[in-house]
Amino acid sequence: MTYSGFRLIKEALTGHKGWKAAWRDPEPQPHYDFVIVGGGGHGLATAHYLAKVYRKSSIAVLEKGWIGRGNVGRNSTIIRANYLLPGNEPFYEHSLRLWEGLEQDLNYNAMVSQRGIMNLIHTDAQRDAFRRRGNSMILHGSDAELLDREEVRREAPFLNFDHVRFPIKGALMHRRGGTVRHDAVAWGYARSADRHGVDIVQNCEVTGFRIENGKMRGVETSRGYIGAGKVGVAVAGSSSKVMSYAGMRLPIESHVLQAFVSEGLKPVLPGVITFGAGHFYVSQSDKGGLVFGGDIDGYNSYAQRGNLPVVEDVCEGGMALMPMIGRARLLRMWGGIMDMSMDGSPIIDRTPVDGLYFNGGWCYGGFKATPASGMVFAHLLANDRPHDTATAYRFDRFEKGLMIDERGAGAQPNLH
Amino acid sequence: MIIPHPILGPRDAQEFVYLGDASLLNRPDWQCDNAAREFCDYQYLRGNPAGIHRELWFHEQGDRSWLVVTRDTTTHEILKAELARDVARAGGTTK
Repeated sequence: MTYSGFRLIKEALTGHKGWKAAWRDPEPQPHYDFVIVGGGGHGLATAHYLAKVYRKSSIAVLEKGWIGRGNVGRNSTIIRANYLLPGNEPFYEHSLRLWEGLEQDLNYNAMVSQRGIMNLIHTDAQRDAFRRRGNSMILHGSDAELLDREEVRREAPFLNFDHVRFPIKGALMHRRGGTVRHDAVAWGYARSADRHGVDIVQNCEVTGFRIENGKMRGVETSRGYIGAGKVGVAVAGSSSKVMSYAGMRLPIESHVLQAFVSEGLKPVLPGVITFGAGHFYVSQSDKGGLVFGGDIDGYNSYAQRGNLPVVEDVCEGGMALMPMIGRARLLRMWGGIMDMSMDGSPIIDRTPVDGLYFNGGWCYGGFKATPASGMVFAHLLANDRPHDTATAYRFDRFEKGLMIDERGAGAQPNLH
Repeated sequence: MIIPHPILGPRDAQEFVYLGDASLLNRPDWQCDNAAREFCDYQYLRGNPAGIHRELWFHEQGDRSWLVVTRDTTTHEILKAELARDVARAGGTTK
């Protein structure tokens, strides 16, 4: 069923009796050509592009819980392409362009809102670094604008411009960045993949791989054995666990990242504001809640909840940046599990097992990457070659010293 | 989280800095044949278990000792804390 204004009017006039489930709930078949492990944003996007763009059939997505339960529904919904390095920026710009056409592609309202992102500047050195990054973004076909203090004041007059420690001197503005309704991304991709014949199997946890002579044969699941030609794993957060079934150890630690929502307020924020120096970023949802977050808790965790010291740290950052939020009450907070890779960049690559492919290591930036991640992973699964925008995301970059160290702090573990 | 320091008793985890998997105590032999491979694995690869995890914490705002803390990564429950030097002298940890 295609969604449209006409359909909406017709259903409104006939008591909304014609709507159907957005995707089927099929029993798993004994064999698929392509099995995607993980029904999160990346897994569903992979299935969607594999079926729609790469014209493959016999595809299943296996999800241990239900669609939208994991990190795709736990992030703070920001999309952007404001990276510095050549290994990253073309990929994220690719992703942003896919976001721009996503709703038409999926026939689903994902509420893509390009309301702009400001990265605040507090020192001359930071301005130099952001100018360099902005130039890199422009050279890669993205957009960037360096704002001075008065221009930032026009955008967001409520900020604490004269903070003693971090006075605001300007910002790097990325106008095409913004927010997207994250649940709708999961549902939209699931529905579209389903319409292209993909089986989305929920409550089906992968518990092992069947590998013979170095070749992937299929996956063991909580709903029985499923044969597979190629298996793509996109389970960021639990990557180490799933890949250990194939005997692999990854350059990844799992950490918990918390996010927060305030009570609903009248519109106050023009877009996304990031306060890197104070470990705080914030946007306002269409329902009015301030959506904000900060750093990871900083220790290995699979618990999907964090501890109070980070709550205090994030709220202090918020108060330092925009004291007006002091009267707003915190409504909800939650944690998601991140694949923290050893250089802060993802991995999308083949593995030593023939027919097993990996997509993970997204750190805390996986949501914005969802469309491009799906596209390039589908490309890898379909063609056995990396997509042009994802050639740097290899497993062997650590061994070869080709790290993609966006932070410029030296690629070494334990920096997160 | 409260870490039961073997010398100082229960201490707030905020006083500590986290380093990660305690297998970092087992530095490879730099003269072995495949030292480059071994060091790459040592530096970058992690077991990253969901469950019992032995990990290094540094008591930066305390007595500046290194501890090996045994913790459940699915519940954050801390099961044991030992001085890292004792663990290292006893032969280190497994991957």
